[in-house]
Amino acid sequence: MKNTIKQVFHSPKFVGGFVIFVAILLTMIIYPLFNPGNPLQQVSVGTFARPGTYVSLYDATKATSNTLRLPDADEKRVAASLSAEDRVAMVEYFTTMGIDISELDTEDTDALLQMWDDNYDPSVRPKGMTSAKVNYYKRLNTSLQDLKSGDTLVIAEEVDGELVESKKITTTDYVRTGAVANVKTLPLGTDNFGRDVLKELVSATGTSILIGLIAGVVATLIGLTFGLLAGYVGGFLDDFIMFITNIFTVIPGFVLLILITYSIGQEQRGAAVVATVIGLTGWTWTARSVRSQVISLRNRDHVNLSKLSGHSLIRIILTDILPYIASYVVMAFILQVSSGILAEAQLSMLGLGPQTTKVPTLGLMMNWAMLYSAHTNGSWWAYFPVILVITLISFSLNLMNTGLDQVFNPTLRD
Amino acid sequence: MNEPARVQKDFSNAPLCLSGKGVTKIFGFGDKKTVAVDHVDFEFHEGEFVSIVGESGSGKTTLSKMLLGLSNATEGEIFFQGKPRDIGSGHKKKEYWKGIQAIFQDPFSSFNTFQKIDTVLLDCINMRGGKGLSKEEKFNMMSEACHFVNLEFKELTNKYPFELSGGQMQRLMIARIFLLKPKILLADEPTSMVDACSRATILDMLLNLRDEIGMTVIFITHDIGLAYYISDTVYIMEHGKFVEYGKADEVILNPHAPYTKRLISDVPKIHEEWDLSTVDLKAE
Repeated sequence: MKNTIKQVFHSPKFVGGFVIFVAILLTMIIYPLFNPGNPLQQVSVGTFARPGTYVSLYDATKATSNTLRLPDADEKRVAASLSAEDRVAMVEYFTTMGIDISELDTEDTDALLQMWDDNYDPSVRPKGMTSAKVNYYKRLNTSLQDLKSGDTLVIAEEVDGELVESKKITTTDYVRTGAVANVKTLPLGTDNFGRDVLKELVSATGTSILIGLIAGVVATLIGLTFGLLAGYVGGFLDDFIMFITNIFTVIPGFVLLILITYSIGQEQRGAAVVATVIGLTGWTWTARSVRSQVISLRNRDHVNLSKLSGHSLIRIILTDILPYIASYVVMAFILQVSSGILAEAQLSMLGLGPQTTKVPTLGLMMNWAMLYSAHTNGSWWAYFPVILVITLISFSLNLMNTGLDQVFNPTLRD
Repeated sequence: MNEPARVQKDFSNAPLCLSGKGVTKIFGFGDKKTVAVDHVDFEFHEGEFVSIVGESGSGKTTLSKMLLGLSNATEGEIFFQGKPRDIGSGHKKKEYWKGIQAIFQDPFSSFNTFQKIDTVLLDCINMRGGKGLSKEEKFNMMSEACHFVNLEFKELTNKYPFELSGGQMQRLMIARIFLLKPKILLADEPTSMVDACSRATILDMLLNLRDEIGMTVIFITHDIGLAYYISDTVYIMEHGKFVEYGKADEVILNPHAPYTKRLISDVPKIHEEWDLSTVDLKAE
């Protein structure tokens, strides 16, 4: 046993998979310690806040400021304020005016503004330009001049129905983030409900792995029991069990899964129920392969000797058969866990996953992202990390399985 | 051929221990039908050392499985101590196995590699109704059994079977029989997978054990020389049938069946040139 474990941990594939899986597990355990609270709590109003650090504007104005004179501050400010549409409109103006823009780089804010200053004339109305467009260019020009001049902002508070100036903010005023009372980092932004995606993802990973484990245990237990009995006892029992197994094999498992989960109803569908249903429909291959392994074992001398020693059927199965197929069962279990997680994701994508208000799962997160069109409005953070985590879990479990296969099946060794 | 290790005794008047009438085993059906054992009759007496000799595929192991009650005969009946054998239920099988035990060919696959040697021997004591004995008594019994096969139990305790050599494992099998004290021992080629030195030791131990317990030994082998060396009675098996049987001296020194003659001619002789002319190559 000790040697087997040693051998297993000498397999690079197993170790690779194990490290990834343990890293995911550790994140699941450690992250909530630093960021406690309900993962389904809404932190933002409105959907899909971009990933990043959010500084409270109110608190920032109240914080003590310092004056910093940074050489490229103005440029940066103008560049950030000049939207892509504004840049396109400016180029459009130059073309209408017949100015050569062949050497102009629209991303070079300095050059663009320089050309604007040199060529914009509010008194000229180009041919064919609508009044609305002329006015738009006037407004654009004013805001550009304001940006460059670096106007002072005035913060006013309302006192007895009148605005009273409370603070002036200039372009050289800076506030240390540490001095601002409320700063929130949302590494993966928020989802369609305004929930912290990272917090939700960590919690969902835990639930999904738990669903995979329950499904794996249920499927392996049923498959193992049926396989052991059919293989060892043989005869009528074997025929009967194989009849049931074949029925389950020919009905597409996923269709069965959809029908069962649909008939259970949304209210009763907790994570554990969904996991059990996944397990109940996924045991057939374990049963078939365990049966064939047991058939090859049941006529071995040590089993015959055990029979001659008067051991009971249960004892022979548990002590003379099971240990010999244990490695195989572990491998089958790992695959069942992996396919359980994927099955939950598939079911949830179809809206047949666990009840949506209680726990987040990886599949539910994908479902929400899909329903709120995260993929079409560019909110990658709502679904891409989820895909990555599902892939990583599946990849690590399959890698562990391949590693184990190589250890237990010498013909597969490199 | 070496001189026999035993004194030829007449067992024809001894009580019957195990006998069979028309015992047949057929595998498959239709075109795939294979008759492994074909209507064989046999009578094994108490205290007798019987050898069943035949080449690979002659049906020896299939017959031994039926004798042990590990597989059912397709036809025919087996009698245990003169009465029809009844192993219909688990309890009856357990009772039957108190009377018949086996040593298998491959010592390496005979033991459960996940169980310690102590467990194997303790099972034997428990089977003989020794469950209530004290630890010390059990230890003494196991030590005595190991001593009988020239092993030290103290050195074996808490060890796993794979930590022993093939010869040691096969001797441990004999120690197991020593503890079980069955009426019949079925030894299925117990020496074919151990080295020559261990072979003689194991055969001597089997003979000693037979004398000690007074049991019947059914020795299954492909080596007719070995059968002559060790047995009282010899059954020659070809294609699932007994082609010749009788006292070892009669069968081997004065063979009638061509198959027996061929088996005898195949025994290598150290001091003689190997006479290939005696081997009928066409018959192969």
